[in-house]
Amino acid sequence: MAQFTGKVWLLGDDIDTDIIIPTEYLALPTVDDMKQYAFSPLRPELAGQIRPGDIIVAGKNFGCGSSREQAPEIIKHLGVACVIAKSYARIFFRNAINNGLLLIECPLHDDLQEGEEITVFPGEKILAGGKSYPISPLPQNLLDILEAGGLVKAMQKRNGLL
Amino acid sequence: MGHTLIEKIIMNNTGLETVSPGQIVTTKVDRVMIHDIFIPFVAEKFKEMGFSKVWDPDKVVLIYDHMVPTSTVEDVRHFQIGDAFAREQGLTHVHRTDGICHQLMPEMGYAAPGQVVFGTDSHTTTYGAVGCFSSGIGYTEMAAILGTGELWVRVPETIRIEINGELPANVSAKDIILRILGDLRADGATYKALEFGGSTVEGLSVASRLTMSNMSVECGAKCALVAPDEKTAAFSKVSMDQIAWIHPDPDAKYEKVLHYNAADLVPVLACPSQVDNIHPVSELVGTKLDEVFIGSCTNGRLEDLAAAAQALESKTVAPGLRLIVTPASRSIYREAVKAGYIETLVKAGAIVTQPGCGLCCGRAGGILAEGETVLATNNRNFLGRMGPSSVKIYLASPATAAASAAAGKIVMPE
Repeated sequence: MAQFTGKVWLLGDDIDTDIIIPTEYLALPTVDDMKQYAFSPLRPELAGQIRPGDIIVAGKNFGCGSSREQAPEIIKHLGVACVIAKSYARIFFRNAINNGLLLIECPLHDDLQEGEEITVFPGEKILAGGKSYPISPLPQNLLDILEAGGLVKAMQKRNGLL
Repeated sequence: MGHTLIEKIIMNNTGLETVSPGQIVTTKVDRVMIHDIFIPFVAEKFKEMGFSKVWDPDKVVLIYDHMVPTSTVEDVRHFQIGDAFAREQGLTHVHRTDGICHQLMPEMGYAAPGQVVFGTDSHTTTYGAVGCFSSGIGYTEMAAILGTGELWVRVPETIRIEINGELPANVSAKDIILRILGDLRADGATYKALEFGGSTVEGLSVASRLTMSNMSVECGAKCALVAPDEKTAAFSKVSMDQIAWIHPDPDAKYEKVLHYNAADLVPVLACPSQVDNIHPVSELVGTKLDEVFIGSCTNGRLEDLAAAAQALESKTVAPGLRLIVTPASRSIYREAVKAGYIETLVKAGAIVTQPGCGLCCGRAGGILAEGETVLATNNRNFLGRMGPSSVKIYLASPATAAASAAAGKIVMPE
């Protein structure tokens, strides 16, 4: 995976799946219809401000709560390049990888200002504010899913459709 | 080196001679549970992936519970898609009105000691109470399991929770798990396994253990296990010989061990709007209530209805307060009728509803209005879960909930 640079949006601890996408919007027909309401209980304007290639940096326990898979799907559809959090809730972590959304565990949050640009070298390090933060590579089986573009594509490949 | 309970179950499932935390392994799935909310997405992804046949129809359980009975016209679409998928794939374990998935899975024997089970709901951790490794996943992963029969897992670290001694009369399993959530915090067991043990846990009924494993996901746990014993064998209808291997080794390696003295525990509440915002009931006495809810996959079992009936015997629900009681399954409902609990509750003024998830997940059957306060026995008090964001949700045991329903305000359970 090649290095990339993006602008940072900062979110705090315990960003739950009801904040990422409130239940009342889950019945909308597509993820693209839902994505304008992302993070609306906390920051209603945020979904409109995020541009493709931007990076979300958060505190601990990002994505806690329900198993709703629309949460990572929406972040992916907003064009977010990756999420960097101190830690993730487990079902969200799996759902994100399965939808081709790169997650990085790194305690970067407290050192950054919103709007800063940072550079990510996947599996290696993050350069931010003149400092280098080491990150661990994902296990190979997860990288395979990510590189295929998510679990649906990985299974299509397995089944000879791609 | 010895192994923890979850390590033993993973070793048995994968045939590996040893496993250690952090290792990624591929499990052969013994059973899966899909509920009505996600069946349309599972069916769609399954086809999109290029699969045509489910790996083993006998291992698939489809349960309608979040939308039963329906509350919007669109809800029916989920049943239609589920029924079509079941017909096409030859699924026979389909429950349309029998109760809540996390009650039916252990009750019907679909989730049994030593097995590996995954479900499309975060509270799938519940079946750890019968010594089953069970965890929640998303609908895309479920579709992949349906096609392959396998799922990768990271072997989790284990936190052992030892509880010893006798519980005070007004303290229940719900109070124990709420206290643990308050101590571990909402992310205290993320990616990890909990393992409950000690004389207090041995003394608890299987129903009470189910309450504790159910809520363990609220501190991020991947699973929450109790070593099976005679009670488990009787509940799950298996022999003691079959479960003899399902126990942690004496020299198992734990990330940490928490110790509790049961006699020190008190009735507690989770206060708005975090499950780890735990306070003794005594601190909140007098808080006015608009509604009380007794039910859900956390606390809708027979012993919970018994506790509620006992607290409301010869009493009435406070004027203006709505008490909603939802048995967790049809069989529990029938037993509660036979035992007279339903008669006592209805006489006291309760609204008894069909088994299902409606109110707990905020879809139907008792949704609250702006500014109201509810005391509920379910598992989440997130902002906006049971109505608008201004609704205050307190979580407590059935005994605390029923006593408070009679008083119209939060009171200590007897």
